[in-house]
Amino acid sequence: MDFKPKIIGFLCNWCSYAGADLAGVSRIQYPPNIRIIRLMCSGRVEPYFIFEALKSGIDGVIIMGCHPGECHYMTGNYEAEMKYQLLKSLLTYVDLDNRISLEWVSASEGIRFAEVVTNFTNSIQKLGPSPLKKIDKDSELLFNLNALQIAANDYRLRALIGRKRKILDEGNVYNKKYPKEKFEDLQETAIYDEYQKNRIILYLKKENLSVKDLSERLSIAPNKILEYIVDLRGEGLIDLKDIQELTPYYTAKQEA
Amino acid sequence: MDEIRIGVFVCHCGTNIAGFVDIASVEEYVKTLPHVVFTQRNLYTCSETGLLAIKNGIEENKLNRVIVAACTPRTHEPLFRGICSEMGLNPYFFEFVNIREQCSWVHQKDREKATLKARDLIRMGVARAALLEPLEKFQIDVKPSTLIIGGGISGMTAASNLANQGFEAIIVEKDIELGGQLRHHHKLYPGNMDSQEILSIIEEILKNPKIIVHTSSKIKDIDGYIGNFDITILKDEEEIKFGVGTIIVATGTDLLKPKGLYNYDGKKVITQKELELLFKKDQFNFKNIVMIQCVGSRNKERPYCSSICCMTAMKNARYIKEKNPDAEIIILNRDIYTSGTYQETYYRDARKMGIIFSRYNESKLPKVSEESVIYFNESMKEEIEIKYDLVVLSTPLISYGESKELSKMLKVPIDEFGFFLEAHVKLRPVDFSNDGIFVCGTCKWPANVPESISQGYAAASRVTRIISKDSFTVEGATAWIDQDKCVTCEICLKKCAYKAITRDEEERVIVRTVLCKGCGVCATTCPQHAIEIRHYTDNQVESQITALLEGDLVE
Ligand SMILES: Cc1cc2nc3c(=O)[nH]c(=O)nc-3n(C[C@H](O)[C@H](O)[C@H](O)COP(=O)(O)OP(=O)(O)OC[C@H]3O[C@@H](n4cnc5c(N)ncnc54)[C@H](O)[C@@H]3O)c2cc1C
Ligand code: SF4
Ligand code: SF4
Ligand code: SF4
Ligand code: FES
Repeated sequence: MDFKPKIIGFLCNWCSYAGADLAGVSRIQYPPNIRIIRLMCSGRVEPYFIFEALKSGIDGVIIMGCHPGECHYMTGNYEAEMKYQLLKSLLTYVDLDNRISLEWVSASEGIRFAEVVTNFTNSIQKLGPSPLKKIDKDSELLFNLNALQIAANDYRLRALIGRKRKILDEGNVYNKKYPKEKFEDLQETAIYDEYQKNRIILYLKKENLSVKDLSERLSIAPNKILEYIVDLRGEGLIDLKDIQELTPYYTAKQEA
Repeated sequence: MDEIRIGVFVCHCGTNIAGFVDIASVEEYVKTLPHVVFTQRNLYTCSETGLLAIKNGIEENKLNRVIVAACTPRTHEPLFRGICSEMGLNPYFFEFVNIREQCSWVHQKDREKATLKARDLIRMGVARAALLEPLEKFQIDVKPSTLIIGGGISGMTAASNLANQGFEAIIVEKDIELGGQLRHHHKLYPGNMDSQEILSIIEEILKNPKIIVHTSSKIKDIDGYIGNFDITILKDEEEIKFGVGTIIVATGTDLLKPKGLYNYDGKKVITQKELELLFKKDQFNFKNIVMIQCVGSRNKERPYCSSICCMTAMKNARYIKEKNPDAEIIILNRDIYTSGTYQETYYRDARKMGIIFSRYNESKLPKVSEESVIYFNESMKEEIEIKYDLVVLSTPLISYGESKELSKMLKVPIDEFGFFLEAHVKLRPVDFSNDGIFVCGTCKWPANVPESISQGYAAASRVTRIISKDSFTVEGATAWIDQDKCVTCEICLKKCAYKAITRDEEERVIVRTVLCKGCGVCATTCPQHAIEIRHYTDNQVESQITALLEGDLVE
């Protein structure tokens, strides 16, 4: 059977949704795969929505908002872009980053709306069905995606993104302005660390493991694993379970 | 909780929808969805008959959720919400599904897929409808008065218009008197009217008991929201406080002083404004005049066209020529902008009068020396030297430095050049997106007097829409903070572009609902997930996502 992508579009009410309406009024034809969810602003798009969509087997997700400087709520689209970049970075770890897209479409760009949707649909068509469509509950992909979702939902990354603009524009608590590239490096590292830490937690929820076990499962050097373990214990998310033949075994607290 | 009873009204819109979507099969399908107790197809749901059908549907089937699958909520939602209200159903229990603009009209060649899509979209709407919650729009009192910042022609026009309708207007002007740029003008294009004639409005204003004028005053603080702004001004060092219901920003512009450009000295090389002052004082006595256009505009630093300088230069050149036909006037320009019939004729006549227009190129700017101007003539492709006894520079309107501070106090945006940004160029040209604040005149973008006056009228009429009523209805779909989850980190507080989030007396972080627009930025930012956006809750959005995939099981 030929593949018919299912695509969700999150559209802001003021520009992109109006642009979609204009495409309709102008009878511009485009592929029928997209299902639109209307939100007031692209800034309302929770990274978590996209994880939910991908996990349930949606083939592609596109977010659309007003052009920079034109958001009905002034800066909602900049917020959307920051969250989108976070998502993009997270999803590269599971190779799903090319299934999401962010585009600016104004209320007068009916033609552009149709083009954007057509191009995105074609690109998803080429990629083929989402690997999450027919997947068993224990697959590694789903496991990793869950770890990423928790990382995206968690306090650390959200607070980092939440403070990003302020840190870049006004400087940190020491009034030191951060160069953008430096912040981006820091953000990438934070994303990576949070991802790996959440993978550790998920593994330890399933069974008790040693540093060596974890090192093999995550393909990460033992000394790095040890660092994470120290952090996670400090945060009270995991515990030492027991020691067998001098090797410590860890477990995750269920509420973690 | 009461049983959820959803009614779905699927619209044919004549053949607009029914021509491309198999509506009958859609209706059959919708009947199978959870909580749907009633379905109906309507030829035109928005017609009298259609609306009556919804009313009867609600009554006869005890519906507590209503879905219309039809056109776009952007045009028809208020209508259907109104019907729900009429029937005693909270309007937020209404859900719109767009199967026309975003389905039947854009998939006209594929009936089968359009039909499937309509089914999906309605299924998503049904899932969401089941989770909708009633919300209250609430009313706030409105003070029937307006603060007008800036007493130029646009601000004065707005003030006098409001006062003549019986509303109080308070003008705050930083200068020692009213009038703005017009005070320095000589004659005015179009029509050659004396600027003093237009300025007679000042007397009217000062006499009008409905208008209070504060000159030599500046805004110190603005607090509150539509209907109830609290204003503090500084008038000669003295603080004055008062309240108003609405605000109009009419702060106009400064004119660029061409310091360091073309040997500007204010004597032999002057600006158009200074030239007009010479006319007014009857001190003009020059014969060989060179005018240079686009001085400090349409360049890298200020890429915009100031729009009034071409006409101003011609106006003044013509005046000189009329007084003294022997005067030699050359206007060096990059292009001449004369839109519309009047201005183009004005230009042609100027040429007939013997005023010379000659083009230079941005890459080879003219040079002004002690006695002559040397420029590269674009048409002849050669350098030309002209002797002068006066050079007049046409410099652009630029924003006042303090606009930035003002924009922060008002929480409204300005662009990179310091001009105020309206809510929408075409649809809401004199509104800000913040409720109750409006803008007119050149502080928004360079404009001439007729344009500034029209904008003054426009702003006044937008204001009366609000202050002619005793109260204003505020949107119910706003943010709400769960105090059990909030750790008062204040990240959201800084994110809200409307400053709607503050600390209350008990130091809790709360949303001031009247200020909140429901954009959702705070919610997606809060690290604790403590903020809920009413009517677009996480659960409601998630239900739409999951409902989409459930479809695969059915098909
Ligand atoms: C040399 C020249 C010649 C022109 N000739 C013509 C012409 O012939 N015909 C024509 O149609 N147009 C002409 N114009 C354009 C015309 O001047 C403007 O269109 C008009 O003056 C705009 O009116 P306004 O009320 O918007 O702004 P303004 O006239 O600039 O008035 C704004 C007022 O706000 C006050 N203000 C500013 N900031 C604050 C603040 N923070 N607090 C309190 N008060 C503040 C200012 O002091 C000023 O009084 C000319 C312009 C120039 C520069
Ligand atoms: S409700 Fe909308 S879709 Fe239905 S008839 Fe009216 S305009 Fe057409
Ligand atoms: S961001 Fe969240 S936790 Fe922080 S103050 Fe706002 S509501 Fe509270
Ligand atoms: S929803 Fe938007 S306007 Fe309302 S408090 Fe949050 S950020 Fe501010
Ligand atoms: S309203 Fe369109 S992006 Fe904010």
